[in-house]
Amino acid sequence: MILEPLVLLFIVWHIRKNLRLLSPNTLWDKYLLWAMIGITILFIVEKTLPITMVTNWIWHVLILGVGYLIFRLPVLERMRTTLIAVLPLIIINIIEDLVEIIYLPLYETIENYLDFAFVFALTWMIAMLIRSNKQNKALKTERKKTLAEEERNKFISAQKEKLEVIVAERTAEITKQKDELMHAFTELKNTQSRLIQSEKMASLGELTAGIAHEIQNPLNFVNNFSEVNKELLSEMEEEIENGNLEEVKALAKDIIGNEDKIMLHGKRADNIVKGMLQHSRSSTGKKELTDINALADEYLRLAYHGLRAKDKSFNATLITDFDAALKTVTLVPQDMGRVILNLLTNAFYAVQKKTTEQIEGFEPTVGISTKKNKNTVLITVTDNGNGMPKAVKEKIFQPFFSTKPTGEGTGLGLSMSYDIIKAHGGEIEVTSEESTGTTFIIQLPDAIPNH
Amino acid sequence: MKILVVDDEQDVKVLFQQRFRKEIKKEELDFVFAFSGEEALKKMASMEQEAVLILSDINMPGMSGLELLKKIKENYVAPPPVVMMVTAYGDEENRSTAKELGADDFLTKPLDFNELKSKLKDIV
Ligand SMILES: Nc1ncnc2c1ncn2[C@@H]1O[C@H](COP(=O)(O)OP(=O)(O)OP(=O)(O)O)[C@@H](O)[C@H]1O
Ligand SMILES: [Mg+2]
Repeated sequence: MILEPLVLLFIVWHIRKNLRLLSPNTLWDKYLLWAMIGITILFIVEKTLPITMVTNWIWHVLILGVGYLIFRLPVLERMRTTLIAVLPLIIINIIEDLVEIIYLPLYETIENYLDFAFVFALTWMIAMLIRSNKQNKALKTERKKTLAEEERNKFISAQKEKLEVIVAERTAEITKQKDELMHAFTELKNTQSRLIQSEKMASLGELTAGIAHEIQNPLNFVNNFSEVNKELLSEMEEEIENGNLEEVKALAKDIIGNEDKIMLHGKRADNIVKGMLQHSRSSTGKKELTDINALADEYLRLAYHGLRAKDKSFNATLITDFDAALKTVTLVPQDMGRVILNLLTNAFYAVQKKTTEQIEGFEPTVGISTKKNKNTVLITVTDNGNGMPKAVKEKIFQPFFSTKPTGEGTGLGLSMSYDIIKAHGGEIEVTSEESTGTTFIIQLPDAIPNH
Repeated sequence: MKILVVDDEQDVKVLFQQRFRKEIKKEELDFVFAFSGEEALKKMASMEQEAVLILSDINMPGMSGLELLKKIKENYVAPPPVVMMVTAYGDEENRSTAKELGADDFLTKPLDFNELKSKLKDIV
């Protein structure tokens, strides 16, 4: 029988091949090679010497041993189909040999059956081998696929690692940049608050001349009316001596009227000093009931006289239109005062600049008006200066934007005004026509009106 | 004699009326008030023939005292009215400009009414 050595050879070859795939160059590779050589030598010996009776049984034992191994070891799982394919043939073979040894006459009786079984087993083997071949092929392509996939996964994970390194680098860079930016930001904030403070001081300097003028006038009145009253009182004494009661009464009335004037002008000076102190102090941020009309009037005078003190030749027509229906509005007086002052300073600057162009018939005019609407309060500042082009108009609320020569404007006026108005829940709008003039309108919510 | 007082402060009127009440009563002096340069020019136009003394503040919004002075001296040739300018204390610049423009006299703020009275007496 030639089948068993061939099957053995095949199986050993197969095992060796698989082993090589798993881990090449092991000792087992050598042993299995020797096993194959051994099988071949035994096969040749069997064919040349009459020892078939012995070799047959060697084959049987070998193949059963290998079969046992194949069923026991999971590593050899793939050989099982091959084994199942040849197993019927081998079993028939062994039975044949057994019967031949044990009881020869029985062999002759069952020989026909055995031949029949042999053909069946052969057919079985061929069918099984074809099937296993197909399966193997499928398995192979599957293996190839998984291999390719593994390769790809390896590649991807390598890429991923590379990427992770890059990402880590970038993240570190960004974090550093962020820290630097944060630092720059706090520095900027500090600078800004310092600038705001110095801008406040600068505008106070601009105001001092106006303040001096504005305090001088009421003080003059206080002094003058006091002197008049002194005169009137001594006259009154005379009239009392003379018993001229009518005259005494008339004098008393005048004196009282003058006292009112003294109080009024004293208060006026007082307000200006208070306003000045408020202006230079940091804002308390506290909202108070404020007489917007008085606030606007006060700052109009201060801004105007402040400018006049610097430029004696300058003059402008002031137009005020204060809505008497507007009594008090809740707001932070220092802050809103600064907004109004900023707008007025800008307006005066605009008309002053236009004055230097010596346009025939140009009358520099600055107006401020207030208006009470249903739920809002409007404060409007207008001028007939040269206005501004669209490109300038778009930027005026940006901090540090200024078209004025260095030293004359920090460009913080309007941006600060904008912030203050926003903090009051209000809006500021500007309309400007080149060479015609500019109007700023502040709209504030009238939360607690007319107390 | 008519005296036109020009000042943007409204209470100047009351003050002058009180300060010169005796003179006003005796009709020695006749005060007219204007609160801006523009108003002063209008008032002057309506009392052309009368002898007029003008007492004007310099620092006024709109037409300033200096502009008013210039206009008066340009337009009223014969006989030009006497114009006294009131300047702030220490304001040399305006004072010399006013002098160039033909101001007849000066007073400094705060007004010394006794000084003003004696000056008026000299003119009258
Ligand atoms: N009434 C106006 N007429 C024409 N241009 C104006 C007027 N108000 C503002 N601007 C323009 O807006 C710019 C920004 O104004 P803003 O008040 O913010 O700064 P500034 O006046 O230049 O400087 P600062 O107010 O800090 O002294 C001005 O430089 C000017 O070009
Ligand atoms: Mg400004």
